[in-house]
Amino acid sequence: MAKRIDVSGLTAYYGSHKAIEDISMTVEPRSVTAFIGPSGCGKSTFLRTLNRMHEVTSGGRVEGKVLLDDEDLYGAGIDPVSVRREVGMVFQRPNPFPTMSIFDNVAAGLRLNGSYKKSELQDVVEKSLKGANLWNEVKDRLNKPGSGLSGGQQQRLCIARAIAVEPNVLLMDEPCSALDPISTLAIEDLIGELKERFTIVIVTHNMQQAARVSDRTAFFNLAAVGQPGKLIEIDDTERIFSNPSVQATEDYISGRFG
Amino acid sequence: MDISTQNTQAPPTPQPSPAEQKRAARGATRPGDRIFLGLSRGSGIFLLVIMAAIAVFLTYRATLAISKDEGNFLTTFEWNTGTVPPVFGIAVLAYGTIVSSIIAMVIAVPIAVAIALFLTHYAPRKLGGPIAYVIDLLAAVPSIVYGLWGALILVPHMDGLFHWLNDYFGWTGIFSWEEGPARSMLTVGILLAIMILPIITNVSREVFRQVPQMHEEAALALGATRWEVIRMAVLPFGRSGVISASMLGLGRALGETMAVATVLSPDFDIHASLLNPGGGTFAQNIASKFGEASEFGRDALIASGLVLFVITLLVNGAARAIIARRKEYSGANA
Repeated sequence: MAKRIDVSGLTAYYGSHKAIEDISMTVEPRSVTAFIGPSGCGKSTFLRTLNRMHEVTSGGRVEGKVLLDDEDLYGAGIDPVSVRREVGMVFQRPNPFPTMSIFDNVAAGLRLNGSYKKSELQDVVEKSLKGANLWNEVKDRLNKPGSGLSGGQQQRLCIARAIAVEPNVLLMDEPCSALDPISTLAIEDLIGELKERFTIVIVTHNMQQAARVSDRTAFFNLAAVGQPGKLIEIDDTERIFSNPSVQATEDYISGRFG
Repeated sequence: MDISTQNTQAPPTPQPSPAEQKRAARGATRPGDRIFLGLSRGSGIFLLVIMAAIAVFLTYRATLAISKDEGNFLTTFEWNTGTVPPVFGIAVLAYGTIVSSIIAMVIAVPIAVAIALFLTHYAPRKLGGPIAYVIDLLAAVPSIVYGLWGALILVPHMDGLFHWLNDYFGWTGIFSWEEGPARSMLTVGILLAIMILPIITNVSREVFRQVPQMHEEAALALGATRWEVIRMAVLPFGRSGVISASMLGLGRALGETMAVATVLSPDFDIHASLLNPGGGTFAQNIASKFGEASEFGRDALIASGLVLFVITLLVNGAARAIIARRKEYSGANA
């Protein structure tokens, strides 16, 4: 079930370094929101605060609120482990578990959540691989290692693994930056289908990609190196790419810097 | 201006630049490459020659002894090389060596893996460094020191454990105890476990440290707890490395001489109980008999050394086979 994300006054640190400052935004359920901005502006850091992965990095800590519908992810007594079961993530480099078969990779998240019958697992694995547009390519070799697939297939395997546990939100951190154009297109098509079921947030360096896949676009920027990254504006993608309200956004999109 | 007439003039022969001259002088084969190739190839061949020389030496001397052995070399429970005819066999030594090494592995491998996981995934960085240093120190202690510690401290303090084992597991026969001094296989196994702990821990720690961050993050992002991350990403990735580490430890346990010779009270017999004193290992037997052995007695000891050599080779081969069997899942191709 897709949920709304409501961030208010979020600041994240690496040790004493403030990486992002005072970010507030709302992400509607069943929509795709793209984060764009120059390197080091904190968009990936911000993404990782949405499933409490930021604090895994040593010295990482977060102030502020992230509401998933009405539940504060950083509230007292909230277990980060259960947050991550609700908010799935796909990484920049495809990272299927190298020691597991394709089947076991997709089933990995389910097995964490409890014991399933073999037939139940098979159903979910098939459904997830179909959902990730990978089923037809791998259905004859589910017991082969996932690391034997091509880069694009591996990334779709990772998406299948992430959606197998039916998260409420799916975060994607530059999911296509290690892929060739055809694999990228396959993932972009997939994002279009997945937004029927999930709330999707995607970080991308590719502005055409942001324009193609997203409903809303957020532009992040930093004043100077060493300064914290800030959210400059968030608006409908169409508006950001045609008539942004902030000059810096227009400069970035038209390639005048960044 | 007519270009074609200009082109008919021969262009001036270009002088080779200094860099080009240098390149030409060096030719196709670079001396550095050749020297390094020779060195590395020579080292490889040297290693093979040494191995072959050891094997030939052991086999030759062993044949001299075994050909005169009136007992069955593999099954005889005696070691009488001075008698006429000589009767000796390695059954007791093979049993003692393998049993004490198995005990050592059963104790040391889980503890070493646990320590390595603690150092890489649980301990705060400030604590991890000093602990790793202490473990390195353990590896540097000479084996005779372990032997003395084992004989003077460990043996007198085993009574409590032995009583307990006898009370609860004595009925199995393996853990029955006749209240003798604890100079037994189990004590030797425990001592060997302590001795091989550092090497297994250190190698495992290196392996666990090399687990790519992205695999651990993959597990974390699925909602894995720290232990589940270790189970899903760290242990499978480190599996072959831990096996290699264990084999290094096993190699040391199989060949350990002084510590075993100091702790064990050898009687050249196989005992069902691991608690009662007695037994013997290849290395211990060689060390304690070599000094006073006749020429023929030495040949017999060398024959037993050959068996240890073969056992070690078999163990290593088995370990390599286990690692190779799951190579495509090893993570090396990730």
